[in-house]
Amino acid sequence: MPGMDSDVIDTLVGIKPGSALDAIRNRRPDARNQAQASYRALFAPEIPGEVTATERFAVAAFVTGLHGDAETAAFYTAGLATSGASAELRRAIDTAIAAAKGHGPYGSYPAGPLTREDTIGPTHPVGAETRRVLGSRLAAAFDHMHLLVFHPRDATPAALQALLDASWSTTDIVTLSQIAAFLSFQIRVVAGLRALAGAA
Amino acid sequence: MLDTILEPPPHTVPAVFTRALLDWLPWLEPLAVEALTERHMAGLVDAARAKSPYFRLLARDPDALRARTRTDKDIFYNPDAGLPRAERELAAAATSRFNGCIYCASVHARFSATYSKREADVQRLLDEGVNADLGEGWNAIVAASVALSTTPITFGPQHVERLRRARLDDLAIADVIHAAAFFNWANRLMLSLGEPAVAAGI
Repeated sequence: MPGMDSDVIDTLVGIKPGSALDAIRNRRPDARNQAQASYRALFAPEIPGEVTATERFAVAAFVTGLHGDAETAAFYTAGLATSGASAELRRAIDTAIAAAKGHGPYGSYPAGPLTREDTIGPTHPVGAETRRVLGSRLAAAFDHMHLLVFHPRDATPAALQALLDASWSTTDIVTLSQIAAFLSFQIRVVAGLRALAGAA
Repeated sequence: MLDTILEPPPHTVPAVFTRALLDWLPWLEPLAVEALTERHMAGLVDAARAKSPYFRLLARDPDALRARTRTDKDIFYNPDAGLPRAERELAAAATSRFNGCIYCASVHARFSATYSKREADVQRLLDEGVNADLGEGWNAIVAASVALSTTPITFGPQHVERLRRARLDDLAIADVIHAAAFFNWANRLMLSLGEPAVAAGI
């Protein structure tokens, strides 16, 4: 897998040892090391559980693709290839990303004073042809990832039921959710530190 | 045993952003307290977190939880210079307000109000949203948090420069970035694995 021994955020931002950003990251050593440990726990776990490496990287390729940052997406696409994913699966993920790209966050609030802030956007189940290549298990995960990336406040128990119905266990769903949520963090740290470096 | 969705007990859904104490009710079965092994406890980091259904649910992937918790603590609690705690919590509250996590916003609005003593400004953020006028220093932090939370991300050098004009040094700006980024992690878990409830007895 790419990046198992080098710090992924450093790699994606382009932080060189001894640079100003290297010094800043060293002031928060746990934030730095444990962000990397989170990456390892989710993408090269010591105890893999029931979620395969290909599933982890397929979901990551989709989530990072939806965020539209080419470099971060390329990193996880490379991980997907290394995990043994077929070229057909990788093409299907590219198709799913192109079909589902949008702008977030949107969604609804509990009925009441916040209803005036409701913003409606698409729910985006992957298309039939893509679903055939992904298989029902991974396709259900992608539908959920789209919700988590763009409109997490629309989440419902029914969305989790759809994952259970597609053979994801409760523990698998925790792992899947952590992958989407962690990537939402990692992508933003990378984008933020890049802007900080660029404004220097 | 087949895994199932939990039906939360009857409760009142909070319909506004609030600094009041809220409960969080899981939609999936947390690990039972008596089922927690040493590895799960390591994931929880603080033994007190075993009381929380949220953390006992996340403990199903203990290594991911452990690394996440330690990331969280360093971003918010590391006292070595950078952004004051009140403003780290402000970034967390603003991110939660923007993403729509009523539970997360309640916790971190309380913390921000406690550390800053600016209860009225924090409440204005909750009531009016991320465009509330909180004075330029706080406005710059809220705007940066929002720009980091959009998908695609719209944070850029102009946000960094605005934070610098508000007299944040680069370590403090990195703290804003990490606090907002971390709540994009936390909000997605809190929003999608369960729901908030007005605390029983209030």
